[in-house]
Parts: sequence; structure tokens; C-alpha cells
Amino acid sequence: MSLPRFGPHDDPGPDFAALLRLTGAGPESGPLGATAQHPQAPPEIPHGTTCVAVRYDSGVVLAGDRRATAGHLISNHRIEKVFPADRHSGVAIAGAAGPSTEMVRLFQLQLEHYEKVEGTQISLEGKANQLGQMVRANLPAAMQGMVVVPIFAGFDTASSRGRLFEYDVTGGRYEERDHAATGSGSLHADTVVKLGFRPSMTRAAAVDLVLDALYVASDADSATGGPDPVRDVFPVVAVIDADGYVRLDDAELRRRTERLLRRHRSRREGDGSAS
Amino acid sequence: MTMPFYAPPEQMMKDKADYAQKGIARGRSLVAFRYVGGIAIVAENTSSTLRKVSEIYDRIAFAGVGRYNEFDQLRIAGVRHADLKGFAFSREDVDARSLANAYAQSLGHVFTNEFKPMEVEILVAEIGLEDDGRGDQLFHILYDGTVVDEDDWVVLGGETEEISERFEEALPDAPRSLADGVRAAVAALAGPDRTLAAEGLEAAVLDRGNDRRAFRRLNDDEVAAILTG
Repeated sequence: MSLPRFGPHDDPGPDFAALLRLTGAGPESGPLGATAQHPQAPPEIPHGTTCVAVRYDSGVVLAGDRRATAGHLISNHRIEKVFPADRHSGVAIAGAAGPSTEMVRLFQLQLEHYEKVEGTQISLEGKANQLGQMVRANLPAAMQGMVVVPIFAGFDTASSRGRLFEYDVTGGRYEERDHAATGSGSLHADTVVKLGFRPSMTRAAAVDLVLDALYVASDADSATGGPDPVRDVFPVVAVIDADGYVRLDDAELRRRTERLLRRHRSRREGDGSAS
Repeated sequence: MTMPFYAPPEQMMKDKADYAQKGIARGRSLVAFRYVGGIAIVAENTSSTLRKVSEIYDRIAFAGVGRYNEFDQLRIAGVRHADLKGFAFSREDVDARSLANAYAQSLGHVFTNEFKPMEVEILVAEIGLEDDGRGDQLFHILYDGTVVDEDDWVVLGGETEEISERFEEALPDAPRSLADGVRAAVAALAGPDRTLAAEGLEAAVLDRGNDRRAFRRLNDDEVAAILTG
């Protein structure tokens, strides 16, 4: 591999996606912007689904269930849909699993590449816009069934607060004040979050709320996986605050999930009615 | 028909080398050394925005002396090389040796084929995965593409002989702490007649203790604390 050098007229600057295009190292289609070549999507590719994000008093919580489905089959029990984007931000993705993970990889690199080339970080707003452009570039693939719809969450070091961004398939970017959800179970999850949300929640309350939201979503949506204490599979939950992106460990998630299940059980036993 | 003046190749190469060396000698120097926790690079640099030392990849750092625009161009090319390779293969497949070779090729090509050689000397440093520092590497690449694989420490820039002598004398033997190394480096860069304050220095480390991205800059306060401590 030789050293990539450019003249002043064709230098891609800090844009890694442009560098990939110029060097011809990128894939032929997908988040890089080239149009897809195939008239139809393969019929049943793995899809990941529900992700939620909630703002709390000193940051944001980002969570996603662990199921991937291909048609009516469950194709993966342990897929991960929540990723760090950089030190102070994270991204959760619902949609076709392949293009989603590729978009995350490219997005992570795009942020790091910019930071290294320019010597400074992109603003949180700028990162959100970058992701929007990648979603927009994926539109041709989305039209063939390979939809990718992320949530972007981060701690804005400039204004010292957590911020959330939702997207649509066309790359439309919408900042949400308090909470966001994406994926097939998002309707149910979002309702739970909406009912349970309080301004200035603590971290613990916000984590419990997203776990509850994913649990309820898994109860109503077949493409969303519930917690599985037998195989030790819990949602991926990450918190992002002034100290950066931290993924919660399984021990904490197991404890919280067990408490959540106990609460649901006692609620049922308490009033004696079926739910 | 006019005949171009004949210049023997030896003379041309020598002229180019002299030209490059003169350009490099005009700039301030830098010192890199291994310490217990990784690799440190200390440069004399009065600017706090135009950097000589930078991050290339998770465990790889870059440092340059000479003409700023030229080594900065090389730095960016290195970041691109590393990020492209990491994207095409995997993060662990990015290594300093291949990057150093790519730099050497590029600098060698410019030196022989272009009108003006690059007036730079660069360093590619990488910390290994083992805690004992066995995998650490320091590649010193000259303006003509010569690569030197340094063992423990290296000086880049002008007056390298004097600085190297002073540094060798002041530098404690290998396992050394970061603070001891930095003090020796600053004393060697300053020489007997001057003292260098933290504001006139740029220092960064590849720290084995860091998570994925090992590169970290030492700010002026940290450097000042080391120098007074």
C-alpha cells in the first residue's frame, strides 16, 4: 500500500468517506453514496430492531435489544446495535444489520479521521449532520429494503448537556429534547418511555426506564428480543456523560433486569388481573 | 541545438542533500525515547497550534522536524494510509513498519525525481502490545528515504550530534521513568547556555495504560510539573 498523496486541487481534506471514494477502496454501494446495482434486495437479510435513548440529568442513556431477525426467523440472539461513535457520543441503529454495522464503522472512522487530520473534534451538531449524510447516501439501498435508521446521542461538551438526534430514511435529522426510539418495536418502547419520563432523571432511573421500554417492546413486537437471564443476554445499555461513553456491564444489567421482572410479577400478583 | 549543462549525478545528489540538510538544520530539534510506560516525544516548539508531534493510529505516533508544511503533509498522508488500511483489513493490521516503508518510498521518490527534496526528517513510533515494551519501535526516516530503526532513543533535527551527546549523558539507563526522561530531553535540547520552559516545548506520549488510542499530549502544566519536580 503506497502513501496516499493528493494535489491541492483534489485533496479530500478530513473527509474519510471522500478518501475512500478517491482511492477506490470503498465498497460499491451503501453508505458511501454509490447507487446500488441490484434491482431487488435479497429477500431475507438479518434486521436489527428496537433502540431507545433517554436524556437524564447529566447525560444520555442509549439502549438496544439483542435480536436480529431474517423474515420470520431469529437469525441472531446476541447482535449489538449500540456502539460508541467517539469518546462523547454513541450511535444506536435499527435496520438491515449488514449496512447498519458498516455505516457505524464508517461513521466511527469518519469522526476519528477528522479529529486526527484536523487536530480538533467535530462539534456534536456536526457529527449529527455527518451521520445524516450517511443515512441519506444509503437511500438507494433503503428503497430496496435495506433501511438503516439510527439514533445519535452524545454529550455536548460545549453546552455541557446530553443531546439526542433521530433520523428518517432520507437522512432527515431531528433533534429530540428528551427521548427517542427507532426500529419495529419503537412504538411500544417510546410509549413506555413517554409515560415514565421525568425531567432531570437520575442515571439509574433512566437506565431502568430504557430496560422497561425494551422489555415491553419485546412483549408486543416479535422482532424485538426480551432479556434472557438463562443465556445471560441483556440489552446493550450505554451511558454518555461528561466522562464519556461507558457501556454498562452484564452484572449491573442482570441485577436491574431481575428487579424489573420482579416488579412486573408483583404488579400482576398484586391486582390479580391478567395483562 | 543547445546542450544542457552537464552535472554529474554525484554532484546533483550531494547538492540536493546539502539543500535538505540546511533546511532541516534551521528548525528546532526533537527527542524521542522509551520509558517504562511507553514512548515519549519531546520537541522544542514555540507554537502551541502548529504541531510537530501527532497521533497517527491507536499505537502509532508521528513527529517531524524541518519545514512545517512538508512534514504536515506527510503526517496527513500517514493518517490516511493507516485509516485506510485499518478500514480495509483490521485495526490490529496497522503497523509502524509498513507505514515507515511507505514514507521511505515517498521521500526517496521525491528526493531522486523531483526538483526540490523535502526538507524534513520524520519519526514513526509505535508501542508494542507487551507490557515490557519488547514490541516498541522507533523508525527515523531521513529526507532521502533512508530508514533507521532506532533502539532506545533518537534525536531529530539540527545539531543532532551535540544534542545526542548531551542526551546520552543525561538519560538514565533503561527502565526509566517518564519524568527522568523528559528532564534529560529538555536539558539536552536546551544545551548549557539556555533553559527551556514548558511553553516552549511540545510533549506527547504513547501510553501503554491508555485504552485503545494510546496517544496523549502533555499540557504545559504537566510538563512544568515534571521540569520543576
